[in-house]
Amino acid sequence: MKLKDLESCLQQVDVFEDPKVLLEQYPTSPHIAACMLYTIHNTFDDIKDKVVADLGCGCGVLSIGAAVLDAGLCVGFDIDDDALEIFQRNKEEFELTNIDVVQCDVCSLRESAFAKKFDTVIMNPPFGTKRNQGIDMEFLKTALSMATTAVYSLHKTSTREHIQKKANDWKVKMEVIAELRYDLPASYKFHKKKSVDIQVDFIRFSPT
Amino acid sequence: MKLLTHNILTSHVKGVTKGYPLLIKATEVRVNEVEFNPQFVSRMIPKLEWSALVQAAEGLGHLQDLPSSLIQDYENNEEFLRKVHRVLLEVEVIEGCLQCPESGREFPISRGVPNMLLNEDDS
Repeated sequence: MKLKDLESCLQQVDVFEDPKVLLEQYPTSPHIAACMLYTIHNTFDDIKDKVVADLGCGCGVLSIGAAVLDAGLCVGFDIDDDALEIFQRNKEEFELTNIDVVQCDVCSLRESAFAKKFDTVIMNPPFGTKRNQGIDMEFLKTALSMATTAVYSLHKTSTREHIQKKANDWKVKMEVIAELRYDLPASYKFHKKKSVDIQVDFIRFSPT
Repeated sequence: MKLLTHNILTSHVKGVTKGYPLLIKATEVRVNEVEFNPQFVSRMIPKLEWSALVQAAEGLGHLQDLPSSLIQDYENNEEFLRKVHRVLLEVEVIEGCLQCPESGREFPISRGVPNMLLNEDDS
């Protein structure tokens, strides 16, 4: 599948109807999702026939993409009822059978919860901008405990050094695959600008 | 909720040391057709808690003739792999609940989604 076909496909994924500020609910754009998944699949072969987890899956654009790229099974995890309802709708509309979903709070999972049960974890975690500082690292820690091969994640470029230090502490290899511009259109009432660009790193973490 | 997902899930209620496997109490189960991928199934088998899978399938009345212990040389046994495929990926619990074996706490499954969220008292 070509990148632009994957992107077109993901444009059909329904997004949040009433995004919740405190959960940092922003959809991952079809363009970014397609770029991420395309790389994970073509460069690293970490999707096809693999058990994949999508932490903080929201409405499921990454999970849908992984399923379309023939993951053996992709399991989405999210805390929010409304997002999961849209996720299920998307799954049905795309008629995908290799997707499952679990409602839970990623931050309250103990390390042993799903330890090493997945080949790959893919995620666009909350960045920690809404009274939840540090949440991105919690997601990362949980993701690393779940994956045997690799974790793919988006993090603010401004936190790169901090994450590198943590990766070293956790004895995990960190590779910044790309720098992306995450274009967030005004989605909440308090947003003054029409859209704002945030520099994010697309990172691959793997055990050393 | 597929049984492969169930095989991975544990209870993380506070104080619980053995929250696995979760007991399935199902009120609605569906069997959907899922494309058979023998390499995937074969690769999954060593990662599974086999007895938990058998117990879950049995509890749902979908054990059929899946053996209670793994057979030798399953990688080349298409018939066996198809049975495993069916139980792992095609049988889905749509409504019901999952019960923590240690605390008894029940986690509802609604429209195929297990809700593992904890209340203040059990996290």
